[in-house]
Parts: sequence; C-alpha cells; structure tokens
Amino acid sequence: MSATAEKKPPRSLVTVLRPTRGWGGVNLAELWRYRELVYFLIWRDVKVRYKQTLLGAAWAILKPFFSMVVFALVFGRLAKIPTDGAPAPIFYFAGLLPWVFFQDGVTKAGGSLVSGRNLITKVYFPRLAIPLASVVAGLVDFALAFLVLLAMMAYYGVALTGAGWTLPLFLLLAMATALGVGLWLGALNVAYRDVGYVTPFLVQAWLYASPVAYSATLIPEGTWRLLYGLNPMAGVVQGFRWAILGTGAPSWEFLGLSSLVSLVLLISGALYFRRMERTFADVV
Amino acid sequence: MTDIAIRVEDLGKRYRIGEGFGAYSTLRDRIGDLFAAPVRRLRRRRGMEAGDPHPPSAVRGPEHIWALRHISFDVERGQVLGIIGRNGAGKSTLLKLLSRVTEPTEGRAEIYGRVGSLLEVGTGFHPELTGRENIYLNGAILGMRRAEIERKFDEIVGFAEVEKFIDTPVKRYSSGMYLRLAFAVAAHLEPEILVVDEVLAVGDAEFQRKCLGKMSDVAQQGRTVLFVSHNMSAILRLTQETLVLDGGRLVLRAPSAQAVDHYLTSGLAQTGERRWDPEDGKVAAAAPFRPVALRVLDHEGRLSGQVAAVDGFQVEFEYELLEDITGLRVGIYLGTSRGEPLFTSFDTDDPEAFERHTLRRAGRYVSRCRVPGKLLNGGRFLLGVNASSYRIRSYFTDEHALAFTVDATGAPGSHWPEHRRGPFRPALAWEIAEAVQ
Repeated sequence: MSATAEKKPPRSLVTVLRPTRGWGGVNLAELWRYRELVYFLIWRDVKVRYKQTLLGAAWAILKPFFSMVVFALVFGRLAKIPTDGAPAPIFYFAGLLPWVFFQDGVTKAGGSLVSGRNLITKVYFPRLAIPLASVVAGLVDFALAFLVLLAMMAYYGVALTGAGWTLPLFLLLAMATALGVGLWLGALNVAYRDVGYVTPFLVQAWLYASPVAYSATLIPEGTWRLLYGLNPMAGVVQGFRWAILGTGAPSWEFLGLSSLVSLVLLISGALYFRRMERTFADVV
Repeated sequence: MTDIAIRVEDLGKRYRIGEGFGAYSTLRDRIGDLFAAPVRRLRRRRGMEAGDPHPPSAVRGPEHIWALRHISFDVERGQVLGIIGRNGAGKSTLLKLLSRVTEPTEGRAEIYGRVGSLLEVGTGFHPELTGRENIYLNGAILGMRRAEIERKFDEIVGFAEVEKFIDTPVKRYSSGMYLRLAFAVAAHLEPEILVVDEVLAVGDAEFQRKCLGKMSDVAQQGRTVLFVSHNMSAILRLTQETLVLDGGRLVLRAPSAQAVDHYLTSGLAQTGERRWDPEDGKVAAAAPFRPVALRVLDHEGRLSGQVAAVDGFQVEFEYELLEDITGLRVGIYLGTSRGEPLFTSFDTDDPEAFERHTLRRAGRYVSRCRVPGKLLNGGRFLLGVNASSYRIRSYFTDEHALAFTVDATGAPGSHWPEHRRGPFRPALAWEIAEAVQ
C-alpha cells in the first residue's frame, strides 16, 4: 500500500469520485470557486431576455405596472379595499415590486434545471449555480421597476420613510424565500415534470395569500395576524410597504416568524437539492 | 517513479430502465403507488396466509442495467489514452463519470489535477448571443477563468476564422462557422487532464484535420488526455495505449495498434465465411436487398481464413433480391486490421458491366471478384460490403464483415527475412540499368 501512496503526486487538487448517499451538506466553498460561472449565467439570462423580446427592458416595468392598474381598478375602485390611507397606485406598486421579483424567481428557478438540461448532462459544475442565477437575474428587473416606483413617489409627493434602510433586508428575505421554493420546485421538476404545471397555480394561490392586493392590517390582530406571518412573503410585502409608505408597521414577531419560515425553506430546499443533485444528469 | 493522473478502482454505474415499479415518471404514479403500496402489502400477507405460491408480480423491483462495471485502470501523467468500443459499450458513461457529470454507483476514482471535459462542442452556446459573448459564456462553462479567456480571446477567434462575424449573433452563423467557434473555445482550454468524446466526428474533412492537429498539439504538451473515438486512425495517431470496452466491461488494455486490431476483429469469424442472420434488424432493414454470405476463397476455390500473398484470392458476396432493383451495385471494402481503408470496389465499376446489369431481377446472386497475387503484404485484413443504388439508396453496409489473414510466404522480397512496412507488397516491374552520363 505504501508503494501506491508514494506514487501519488503532491498536487493540490485531488478529486475523489465515489458514490454518495443520504443528505450531504451544501458545498459553499465550491460554489464560491465557480462564482464566475454564476456571474456568466446571470449575465446570459439577463442579456438573452432583453435581446429576444421586442420591448426588452420595458417589460421589467410594464409587468408590475399593468398589474398595478388592474389591482387599483378591481380591488381599489370596485371592491373598495382600504389602502391604509396611501395613494392606491403606490400602495399596489410597492406591494407588487417584491412580489413580482419573488414570482419570477420561483418560476424561473423551478424550470431552470430542465431548461438547462444540455449543460447538466455535459459539464460538471455545482448545479446550485443554475437556480441561483435564475433568482439573482431578477434583481435587474427589480432595479428597473424600483426606478419607476421612485418616479411615482415623486409624482405623488410621497417621501421615503426613515425605515427606507430596511428595504434591502426585505429584498434579501424575498430572495431567500424565492431561492428556497425555487430549489424545491427545480429539483422536483427534474424527476416529475408535473411540477411545471403545478407552479403557476401555486404562485397564483400564494399571491392571494400575500398582502399584495390588500393590506395585512385587514387580518385581525393577535394570533391570526401572527399566523399570517407563516407566509414569508406576507412579511416581505408588508415590510416593503411599511418601509416605503410608513403604514401598517409589521410587528417584530410577525417579521421574525416570516424570516424563520424563509430560512427553513431555504435550508431544506438546499439540502433536498443536494440530495437530488447527483441524479440530475441521469434523470433529466 | 511514475506520476499518476487518474486512478480508477472497480468503478461501476447502474441506470434504471423501463417503467417498472419504482421508476416513477410522473407524480401521478408516485401518488398512485403511495395508496397502492399498503393494499399490496396487505394482499401479499393474505396471499401468504392462503399459501399462495405466486406473489403478485407488481412487487418486483425496477429494472436496472449496469452501463459500466468493475472498471479499474491507472492513467499516468502526460499519457494519451484512447477508449474504444461499440455503441453501448460504456465509453460515454466512463467519460461522464470521470468528468463528474454523473456519480458512480460503486467503486471509486481519484483524479489528480484540474479536469476539462469536452463531451460535446458548443455546450451552452446561446443562439441569440454574439460570437464574442458566447466565447465568454462557453469558456466559463468549460471552467476557464475570465482573465484566461481574455488572454486567449484573439487566438480563439483566429483559430475559428470568424473575425468578421464576432459581433454577430451565432444564430446567423453557418453550421461550419458555429462548429469552428465552438471547437476553438474548447481547444484553448488548458486543464491538466482533458477528457474528450467524439468531438472530432463533426464538421467537414478540413475542420476535422484541423481538430486532429490541435489534439496532437495538446498531446505533445504533456497533458493527460482520455480520448474516445470511433475513428480508428485518429486513435492510432493520437494515442499510445487504448482501452477496449465491451458490454460495460474493460476487456483489453494494450498498445493502440493491438487494441484496435482486437476491437475490429474480435467476434469476427476467422473461417473465411460470414453469414448474415435474416432475423437481424439491420439485415431486415436492408430489404429488398438481403445479404446472405461473404466468403474468402483461396486460389483453388476453397473456403479459407488464410490466403497466400503470392497466389491471390477470391471474394464472393452472396445475396438475394426480394424485388427487382435498378442501378444496383454490390461491392467490397478492403481495409487493414487497424481500420485504415485500402480500397473500395464494385461489381459494376466497369461501365459496360453497369449497362448490362442496369436492372437486376429478383432472385439469388453471387458477385465474385479476384484480388491478384503479389499485391497485399502479410497481415490481417478486414472486408466490408456495400450494396447501393448510386444517389438513390444505400441498402446495406457492413464495414467490418469478415477478417482474414494473408500469409506473406514467397511474397516479393521474401529472401530477406525482414518485416516490410505497409499493407501492400506488390511485385513491381523494376529495371536496373546504367545511368547515361
């Protein structure tokens, strides 16, 4: 045995291939080594999207904008759902921003592995890079839409509240939730294509379960409101709106619960993804 | 003391096939099974109680197939190792395992150094992106650093000869340009260990020549290369040693010439006759042409797996036409046991013969030709057959139909007991005269 050990060259990079079983940890160091690839995948997603469509970047703005118009008409004018005293367009737009980011992230990450099939079956890299890039690429759309929000705020004379500094935190929470759900759906989608059909329904139901078209203040305070926080997007959307408009301040317990659930989704999603990852190339 | 680059020990990969229980293709099956399983268990228990000797068939497990099993070998640093085998022998699976695309089911492998895998050219190319953008994207996917791509950018573009179109989306490229660009990126990858699959099998002849040239450059730079190919001359040119895989097993590791000989002639009858099974799918697909047998006959007309170089021999192809065929030509390929083609000849190469046999009626035929003596050198040769109507249809081709041996005894120059190079050993009409001053 010592003879064979001597043969091994003293090289830094040694890869051992062997069957793995059970639940492995997420190899963040490896993901970091492949950060340039993640960057290029994000860059490709963004570039291709804006190249293929006629209106290109305008879609990033039009999508939440049209939804806002519909919400303002249906929920504001017809159903007369209160908007916590804020101008209806800003109320809806502020809720739609993080929501659209989440919705796009989940949908794209959920389908990313199947559409990235040709990469997965031909080259090795941490598979986590694919859904991660799909979610992060949405930040570009988000940034563009955010500019529109700023313009609208200027128009309606709404100043950013002192809580504006928390916006990045809520965005981070939305990203974690989108990635968590996206990892689950993406990994499941590889084995069961049904997931691709289920996702739109799931996302739609989730929209109504989140305070996008209404305010979380409509939920009775106390236990019920707290339970509502189990939906991490409830915390994100309500928090977002509070940071911009200063209305409907979410309680710490509410936000804490949302963050916790989001974290659970992210970690469990990453672990499940890791577990399924090794069969992706064989099954997809 | 040698340096090991790759060490493979008892590596195996199992795939699940078919739609047996356990191989869920949709959620519906899985959910269905969730409810069916307890019922099945109950039923089985009842069956046992009732002394049922036949358990329900549904309890059988999913069907598995070992694409690769019990593979062990070492590759030294700087070695260029070929891998050959028929389709389904496990070549691609082996490369996928070594490039970490998929995990082994058993065994282990150790890889010392950075691996670059090239299982396909143009992986991740996006048609909407320009040539420039795709170079960066593809480079990153293949594992190149951004600075590395930047450094080699001009070289890549030059190799691909796409300078003028570098800012055009690749969807507007011709297929040749696309391939050249894709290969150029891959060819500039500089890993310590390179794993290559069949990428040379694409593109036109000139492109293939260029790729092969680049590949031998890579080999000469002292990098470790694993090279899968169906192109035997590429294997012989680029590699010193070759693995032969068959049915997922490693059957031989030998110097490339020997391995190629083994691969091409193994399983071929050495008796001088090859008969085709009419039930065989490939044979059935050739209808209305039906190959029956290919024979090698010595100069006395006897069936023989060994012929004398001095006497010449006959090749006889027997076949049946199930319908009349117009413009049919039936011929043979002769090649060396290393896979190098020597010549192709058809029974209607003579224009007059072709005129006479424009229409061949349904029936049984024999096309026979004589290969003259004092032409071939001693050694092993391969015969292939082809039946086609030019530009209309190729009915049947079998490039490795029959192997036979030529005995060089008495061949020109055999009074010098030396090995003569080359597959031919012709008797040429030499003249020796005094040079005129």
